[in-house]
Amino acid sequence: MQDKKRTWGKFILEVVFLVALFTLVQYFITTGILNRYYQINLTLMGINVILAVSLNLINGFTGQLSLGHAGFMAIGAFASVIMTTMLEYPFIIGIIMAMLAAAVAGFIIGVPTLRLKGDYLAIATLGFGEIIRVVLQNIDYTGGPAGISGIAKMTTWPVLFIAVVVTIVVIVNMINSSYGRAIISVREDEVAAEIMGINTTKYKVLAFVVGAAFAGLAGALYAHYFYIIKPETFNFLKSFDILVMVVLGGLGSTTGAVIAAMFITVLNAFLQEYAAVRMIIYALILIIVMIYRPQGLLGNKELTRKSFDRIWGGKHVSSTNK
Amino acid sequence: MSHLQINNLSKSFGGLSAVLDFDFTIAEQELVGLIGPNGAGKTTVFNLITGVYKPDQGKIYLEGKDITGLPPYDICKKGIARTFQNIRLFNDLSVLDNVKIALHTDVPYSLSASILRLPSFFRGEEKIHQQALEYLKIFGLDPIKDEIASSLPYGEQRRLEIARALATRPTLLILDEPAAGMNPNETRELMELINWIRDEFNLTILLIEHDMSLVMGVCERIYVLDYGQIIAEGIPEEIRNNKRVIEAYLGEEVG
Repeated sequence: MQDKKRTWGKFILEVVFLVALFTLVQYFITTGILNRYYQINLTLMGINVILAVSLNLINGFTGQLSLGHAGFMAIGAFASVIMTTMLEYPFIIGIIMAMLAAAVAGFIIGVPTLRLKGDYLAIATLGFGEIIRVVLQNIDYTGGPAGISGIAKMTTWPVLFIAVVVTIVVIVNMINSSYGRAIISVREDEVAAEIMGINTTKYKVLAFVVGAAFAGLAGALYAHYFYIIKPETFNFLKSFDILVMVVLGGLGSTTGAVIAAMFITVLNAFLQEYAAVRMIIYALILIIVMIYRPQGLLGNKELTRKSFDRIWGGKHVSSTNK
Repeated sequence: MSHLQINNLSKSFGGLSAVLDFDFTIAEQELVGLIGPNGAGKTTVFNLITGVYKPDQGKIYLEGKDITGLPPYDICKKGIARTFQNIRLFNDLSVLDNVKIALHTDVPYSLSASILRLPSFFRGEEKIHQQALEYLKIFGLDPIKDEIASSLPYGEQRRLEIARALATRPTLLILDEPAAGMNPNETRELMELINWIRDEFNLTILLIEHDMSLVMGVCERIYVLDYGQIIAEGIPEEIRNNKRVIEAYLGEEVG
């Protein structure tokens, strides 16, 4: 009974927080406090959060090193644009088709490659990511290497906000369930998981498909904000970008992925003028994190209200002890 | 009818035959030991039974049904659970979560119910939580349910592994050197525990053990494996006096 009350209390608090955050940003946008430059970065931030949280499901929770996330993003981007710009369906249909197409691609790629382990899987997914890009470059229907331009801008703040919230809620709820425990057991010890009755292939593919679907969503949002999409945008470096966010945040920490995605977006915005050194700074950050904090900012822990309580509670206790 | 029957099982790695023409049978609720010198192929037999390895030839029947070559998760669902010689817990997870994972085969809600947090999810999680706690209580692990598995002392890790195996609701429990690294006191406690869980859960138990006092103390029948082949089978008294067994363990007498 008490527990139930607490669950509801927490839920209401979360909803209030989200509504407040949404309204505040919406207010800043309508009053023009957030100018166009900030809005672009805000959108990129949202898209990066979706990408990082979804890749973290595959790399962090399932422990399967995938380097082809940008490929699924590309499929989502092109699938949604075909639906909205070429076939003139509403944006929501574009988004649904983007997620479906990316999920199907995730399934087709996942079933054969997820038998591989570690570095072999990484190379196979890297290869598939590149195949997707090269195939898109050679399809005339989607404009070949030039891609598609003249895409209507439909990724508004409400759409972005809902997409980010849905992504996080779905993945967090999935992980905090028996299905999530099965997924995590694959990362912990595949042989032991199989012996405990977990069909590890099934859960690897499940995580891969769900992760791919949300990468597709990110692709759709991206396409409908930046007017033009080219296959080249979704190259290996983009996959690498997302991987950096996940590793920086801590493999297996959703809050870590969110924080790292936001941090990297801000960093990118600052480094825009020095495009040449951007990758150097990236690499340096990775090296430094790997040396001093190999488990990432948050390790596999989550940042919750409890952790704040602990930090402040701890201070409080020590001050009363004096 | 025998609970588990193995006919003619063979497995080789490269040119080395790890298990050769292995015949074995265990009756329901029997407690059988499998012993043999290091490298005799005992763990390979366990890996063949639980589906970790596929046999080169031979058949394995569980309650009369052929389970040869099935994947491990299927064999688990059919009622065989095991522990590992070198403990394989889910190290980064809590004691409680280790057991909860073993309960996943019977998960009482759907994936969509968990994503949408439907009432069936909360009811199901509560049920899983209570069941997991019960298994921990049996092994006295409930006070440390929130500890990380890898932080437990050795003996508790062993007990947690057995608790986790039991949570898959097996009819046949396979223990791979459960007393490894335990002192005589802990071994005696473990013997009592093994006997008790067999009666409590109506289990058939097959165990590999190096510790002779444990094997002779609890097992009703013993198989002796050497170089991948059965060299003796019988009740503990027979095995103790079997010439070939003594030779296998201590070497041949000279002269």
